[in-house]
Amino acid sequence: MAETTLRVSKIKNGTVIDHITNGHALDVVKILGITGRTGGIVTVAMNVPSKRLEVKDIVKIEGRELNSKEVDKIALLAPHASINIIRDYVVVEKQVVKLPAVLKGIVKCANPACISNSEEPVQPTFYVERGEPLKVKCHYCGYIMEKQDVLKQF
Amino acid sequence: MKFKGRDIISIKDFTRAEIDYILEIAQAMEALAKTGSNMLRGKILATLFFEASTRTRLSFESAMHKLGGSTIGFAEAKITSVKKGENLADTIRVVENYADVIALRHPLEGSARLAAEFAQIPIINGGSGAEEHPTQALLDLYTILKEMGRIDGLNIALVGDLRYGRTVHSLSYALSLYNVKLYLVSPELLRMRREVLDTIKEKIRVVQKAAIEEVLPKIDVLYVTRIQKERFADMAEYAKVKGAYRIGLDLLENAKKDLVIMHPLPRVDEIADEVDETPHAKYFQQVWNGVVMRMALLALILGATE
Repeated sequence: MAETTLRVSKIKNGTVIDHITNGHALDVVKILGITGRTGGIVTVAMNVPSKRLEVKDIVKIEGRELNSKEVDKIALLAPHASINIIRDYVVVEKQVVKLPAVLKGIVKCANPACISNSEEPVQPTFYVERGEPLKVKCHYCGYIMEKQDVLKQF
Repeated sequence: MKFKGRDIISIKDFTRAEIDYILEIAQAMEALAKTGSNMLRGKILATLFFEASTRTRLSFESAMHKLGGSTIGFAEAKITSVKKGENLADTIRVVENYADVIALRHPLEGSARLAAEFAQIPIINGGSGAEEHPTQALLDLYTILKEMGRIDGLNIALVGDLRYGRTVHSLSYALSLYNVKLYLVSPELLRMRREVLDTIKEKIRVVQKAAIEEVLPKIDVLYVTRIQKERFADMAEYAKVKGAYRIGLDLLENAKKDLVIMHPLPRVDEIADEVDETPHAKYFQQVWNGVVMRMALLALILGATE
């Protein structure tokens, strides 16, 4: 435990995304649009020992609180993750991500021939058929997307 | 069973009992298709065809006229406001004021579902890109039933472009509601799309093959499709699979005596002309069955029959 604390230091204000399925920390960083070229400190920890998951990844973002849409995006890749909002070193909000049964306006259909990709007044909508590994189905054209198709969009 | 006011978007929206009932109504329409009827007098069908079609549009219009109704519509998008940049949602909300039911053909997948979300009147999917063509699947089922006397227990082969062919997608979904064995015969490049395969494999026995020869002696129904040049972005890919299957008299020597050959048409060279003269050829009967089936669907949706 002391070893872990040493490697991943506390943050003052921002978000800690904990319990990310190991191997997916960089996907989470990507999905949040973090490039490292702007903004505050971002700490990525991989293969950290965990009671719940045996090993897990952690991402700490200084100076940024995630909104609900961003939390939904994380659920696509890391369905077990928990999000802690930190203010002045204290956890003020803790939530476990939950993949909704229907995804509205979060990802686009990977089928270029799908009507939801044209100039229509609708939000792309998907039904979650499986959480992990991810499998979603387009409401309009029925196209099945997996994690890789979703990741390509971010 | 309630059909009045219902959309026909995907064959997957129907149960086996509902499809069996539609098949019964189609049978009852055979006589009216010959004599004509006033069942739908005063009703208007709008045929909105954003993609080229001869058969489907004429078939819908013929069905409507035979039931005493009338039709309006267009056969190509370039003469419409779509050319001016209007989206489908707006087109539908305008046209629904002119008609009682809309038959839609559109190049994009999911178009019929989107149209139905915006329309207050029923939408019939007349082909949505490479996705689905549910009324064709229903007329195909009707043809099989009419020719073979049953659908359950048959061995059926779908041959050709199973990836981009919307008729085979809808037909596969429909057949998965029956007790059939389905052979999917296609070049590697044009194998059945995954979402269709995943769904039907849970319900019926499915065998994928590249060669038609070994399948032919076992089957009762041979459903041939055209390799659709217009769906290929890369003509080099098209050249690889063009002419992959050609059904001729030589091949049919090994077929069952009562084999039924079907094709959604148009054909290019998949079925040799000499096959037309054999008792196997049922593709022109399919065209008549299409009118009968669409009469049944229009009558059910518009509440003229229950």
